[in-house]
Amino acid sequence: MRIFGLNRKIIRVLLGTEYAHMLEYRAEIALWALSGVLPFIMLSLWNGSDARGVLGMDGVGLDRYFLSAFLVRQFSVVWMIYAFEEDALTGRLSPYLLQPLHPLWRYVASHLGEQLTRLPFAAVITAIFFLIQPKAFWVPSLGHFVLAWLATWMAFSIAFLLQSLIASLCFWSEKASALERLLFIPFLFLSGLLAPITAFPPFVRTFAQWTPFPYLIDFPARVLAEQPVDMLAGFAIQLTWIVLLLPLVLLLWRAGVRRYSAMGA
Amino acid sequence: MGRYFKSLRRFWGTAVASQLEYQLNVVIELVAVGLSLLGSLFMLSLFFGPGRALGGWSWNEALIVQGFYTVLDGVASTWLRPNLSSIVTHVREGTLDFILLKPIDSQFWLSLRTISPAGLPEIVLGLLLVIWGGQQAGASLSPGGFAVVLLMLLAGGLILYSLWFLIAATSIWFVKTWNATEVLRAVLASGRYPVAAYPAPLHLLFTIVIPVAFLTTVPAEVVLGRANAPTLWLGLGLAVGFFIAARQFWLYALRHYTSASS
Repeated sequence: MRIFGLNRKIIRVLLGTEYAHMLEYRAEIALWALSGVLPFIMLSLWNGSDARGVLGMDGVGLDRYFLSAFLVRQFSVVWMIYAFEEDALTGRLSPYLLQPLHPLWRYVASHLGEQLTRLPFAAVITAIFFLIQPKAFWVPSLGHFVLAWLATWMAFSIAFLLQSLIASLCFWSEKASALERLLFIPFLFLSGLLAPITAFPPFVRTFAQWTPFPYLIDFPARVLAEQPVDMLAGFAIQLTWIVLLLPLVLLLWRAGVRRYSAMGA
Repeated sequence: MGRYFKSLRRFWGTAVASQLEYQLNVVIELVAVGLSLLGSLFMLSLFFGPGRALGGWSWNEALIVQGFYTVLDGVASTWLRPNLSSIVTHVREGTLDFILLKPIDSQFWLSLRTISPAGLPEIVLGLLLVIWGGQQAGASLSPGGFAVVLLMLLAGGLILYSLWFLIAATSIWFVKTWNATEVLRAVLASGRYPVAAYPAPLHLLFTIVIPVAFLTTVPAEVVLGRANAPTLWLGLGLAVGFFIAARQFWLYALRHYTSASS
């Protein structure tokens, strides 16, 4: 069976080559992992601040939240727009469009390959964190771990679809990375990367919950940190965003490709 | 010297002209700057409330720090990012050879070749925030104090430039250092908040090793009339030291440069 040109054999080959490709850039990916230190900087700030009370978490809970936020971010980072923009501008995209495989799958595979390469670095940073903060050590139960993994994967899917949506605009504007900044800013402040969304005043929290952003970091991080969270609602909303975005991306992509070929002809 | 000034005028004139062609990008950039500042202020406001302070800094005082951070971020997007990120490209594509052959200092050329006006609104907004915060906090600045603030900002900018250039120069060996500057950016983000708000070990790290403190907190202290002389001298010393290190490292790197083809 093929879904947009994908079958089991192609999946194996794609993932294999992308993983091998990413292994070449191990040093670079280590630096990428390190550049995700922002949650730790925010943790040290929150820990020493008088405002800790508004977070609704105690010391260890806060440590675990920000560590989880770091891990969720590590495995849901999407850089699709940059890769796509480069491919589109250098003309590498044209042969991809001729293949019977939907080009988006190629980007999905390279992200998954990169996550696999990133795993050891994330593990090392986590180990160092526990060495410095042994009180915060915990091992989530298997059930929680699987659910957190699933939630992170859904978060990755939402982020990937959002970026694909903007990347499709590349067919029209060629400068999608400027728009990416407009997506990154609300992500940074509303996702829970800098502060758990329980810290927000009620009206901001309500507003944030209507956007996809808290479901990219805050929700999966809470599941991983085993904090009280409405699992059913969280997963339902994540799924809703995916179901909403997927057809939009496919439609816009198809319209864009039609325009793209028109440009070359 | 005259040749350098003339080159600079030409460089920047053409850069500004070519960027203004993308008018939509200018609009997007303005919106992004506004939203980003709004988000930062919102995040900062979470730390405050009745009777709460951040590392001993009041809301208005912290606004000055945030303002200086915004200014430096604007400086980074105006000068540092467009110039220093292209060093990697020059090394990879072998065009560095052409730059080395020019009758102008290569570090000067690479550091000031272009300018991106996109960061200018950020600089203006940041300065406005500093003035507003300073007024609210009741700071009164003498002309002498104003000169010290400028001097410390200059020192902070020099430190930022030197750190960034040091990392960019390693691309002579590693070719891809884009990610290293991402790490630097992540750490610099800590400069949004007064250094005193961080735990002691980080406090030390941000003062000596990666002197984030001198970028935002120290200029803010000068505005508030709280800075002491040893800190200021340390800041100036670090700025000169980092600059010399960056310069020497660049000369050393060039001795190891073997162009893309050989």
